[in-house]
Amino acid sequence: MAKIGVLIETSDEGVKEANGGVITAARGEAGNEIYAFVLNAKAADCRNALQQYGVAKVVEVSADAAAWVSSPDLQARALAEAIKHFEISTLLGLSSAQGRDLLARLAALIDAPLVQDCSGINLAEGTVKKSHFSGKTFATIKLNGNLRICSIRPNTIEAQPAPVEAEVLTFQAAVQDPGGLVVKEVKKTAPGSVELTEANIIITGGRPIGAAENYKILRECAEVLGAAVGASRAVVDAGFAPHSMQVGQTGKTVSPKLYIACGLSGSVQHFAGMKTSRVIVAINTDKDAPIFNKCDYGLVGDLFEIVPVLTAVLKEQPQ
Amino acid sequence: MQIYVCVKHVPDTAAKITVVGGTGFAETCKFVINPYDEYGVEEAVQIVSRAGQGEVVIVTVGRENAVNTMRSALALGAHRGILVKTDAQFLDSNLTSQALKKAIVQDGSPDIIFTGKQSIDSEGMQTPYRLAQALGLPVATEVVDVKINDRRAVVEREIGGGSREVVEMPLPCVIGATKGLNEPHYPKLPDIMRAKKKEIRKIDIRALGVDIADGPTQILKLDPVPERSRAKMLQGSTREMVEELVRRLKEEAKVL
Ligand SMILES: Cc1cc2nc3c(=O)[nH]c(=O)nc-3n(C[C@H](O)[C@H](O)[C@H](O)COP(=O)(O)OP(=O)(O)OC[C@H]3O[C@@H](n4cnc5c(N)ncnc54)[C@H](O)[C@@H]3O)c2cc1C
Ligand SMILES: Nc1ncnc2c1ncn2[C@@H]1O[C@H](COP(=O)(O)O)[C@@H](O)[C@H]1O
Repeated sequence: MAKIGVLIETSDEGVKEANGGVITAARGEAGNEIYAFVLNAKAADCRNALQQYGVAKVVEVSADAAAWVSSPDLQARALAEAIKHFEISTLLGLSSAQGRDLLARLAALIDAPLVQDCSGINLAEGTVKKSHFSGKTFATIKLNGNLRICSIRPNTIEAQPAPVEAEVLTFQAAVQDPGGLVVKEVKKTAPGSVELTEANIIITGGRPIGAAENYKILRECAEVLGAAVGASRAVVDAGFAPHSMQVGQTGKTVSPKLYIACGLSGSVQHFAGMKTSRVIVAINTDKDAPIFNKCDYGLVGDLFEIVPVLTAVLKEQPQ
Repeated sequence: MQIYVCVKHVPDTAAKITVVGGTGFAETCKFVINPYDEYGVEEAVQIVSRAGQGEVVIVTVGRENAVNTMRSALALGAHRGILVKTDAQFLDSNLTSQALKKAIVQDGSPDIIFTGKQSIDSEGMQTPYRLAQALGLPVATEVVDVKINDRRAVVEREIGGGSREVVEMPLPCVIGATKGLNEPHYPKLPDIMRAKKKEIRKIDIRALGVDIADGPTQILKLDPVPERSRAKMLQGSTREMVEELVRRLKEEAKVL
């Protein structure tokens, strides 16, 4: 039985839902002993959310330094001590901006092999699967060494409950802030928006959206679906949506279970960011639009007509 | 200002990738400058031109034909290049960062090193961190805004959920660029002509003392992903199509 670590990501609302898939991946076939490392929340507050997926120990990691919150390098050092102390053989985390950042700092610091943004993992063999060339191919990669680090793309491994009783521990690392880098503040540019990369469902508007206020019809539909709203580059370049909403080669890479593309032609660069979605629906006025050749369900028609009907039909559904 | 920009030579996003020999691909496709690295080049050129002095040096680890990509970075206004020659397109990130470090340290002392946030071919998402660690420098990636003042860099990173993190670091530092940092300009014909005459120094990776047999990760297999086939087209009035869609998403695809 191996000891597998999971770096837990929390938000103001508590443990992020996307951690469930990462913990499920950590369980593997063999029923590994899972240590969940919590850096920026109280372990006791996270216990319920984590033990339902089979976490055996919830470890609150800290260091006695004023720089804790503002220094990712200090956090990486503390995490390095913690995984050494608990004899972790593989550490997993979320492939989010923060997860990737901390895991890369850690891997560089302790010179461990790291594969980011994995969509499958075989713990016994020490291999992972990940996208190369924006999802045109998948590579199987072997990580050599006694300690391996992987970040997992949100939504690619389905969370499966396996409830246990978790123990809560604390680990105070004797490390110093190396100094240099300081996080000064976090600015909210679009408050309350669901993070695209972690969303289960995404509804995206393309060029015909035509104006920022027209996103309203997508947002209304998204609300009923519990979805996040995305944009194509055409819309971002026209200034109708912020870059943080852009999906694609030069935007975000997403893998939701359902992707609804409204008024998108199906460009290679847009698909580079969403082709690994489980189900893709396209709404387009042009029956010959290329997107219909590479998606699951197609509706020919005007998005301004279809989307409000979709919202209404969804509202009528029994819960 | 002495600025180094790490630039990778990668297949174009629109190129068709044909897997060859299990772990490689047909390198006959069109190659381009890694798009994220292009933002780094543009930013470096702008910083040096604002400062009125300094130099932008392109550093690439790649095969001989990567010089084409380096020329396009030079056409954007970089001054010269260093190519660390390898035999393969895919090289472990750890070894790549060792090669970049040695090439840079041998050449001069950087004030800033720009990279992209990721390569679009191998999608490693870690080279800037390993390079920074090897040099003992602070690093921030996924950067969309850079301000340099009094030998300090204040950068903004996109961190998801519509939030941005503001990070301060002293120079020298490593900055990983992403879209939003700037709009790379189109080089004019004279720039392209001038770029052909700029110096590109070539060093073999072995001459830098990097042991390429010794990578901590290994690609075992590369599998093409089949394209999705044509959509199931739903029929009828708007309402009928939508009802059919919702039913299928629930019962057939089971995603609602
Ligand atoms: C290096 C590079 C990187 C890029 N990165 C990205 C990226 O990250 N993300 C990205 O999205 N793009 C990216 N692009 C741009 C990409 O090539 C396309 O130009 C872009 O995706 C097109 O956006 P679109 O589908 O919204 O618009 P269009 O291609 O203009 O398509 C609009 C579609 O809407 C349909 N339509 C029109 N009116 C309606 C209506 N009322 N209702 C329904 N359908 C309607 C039309 O039939 C058409 O098919 C990149 C390009 C390059 C060169
Ligand atoms: N072979 C290379 N030559 C030059 N720079 C590279 C190379 N590989 C990676 N980089 C730099 O590191 C960044 C991140 O790459 P990666 O870690 O492979 O995703 C890229 O955007 C480049 O700036």
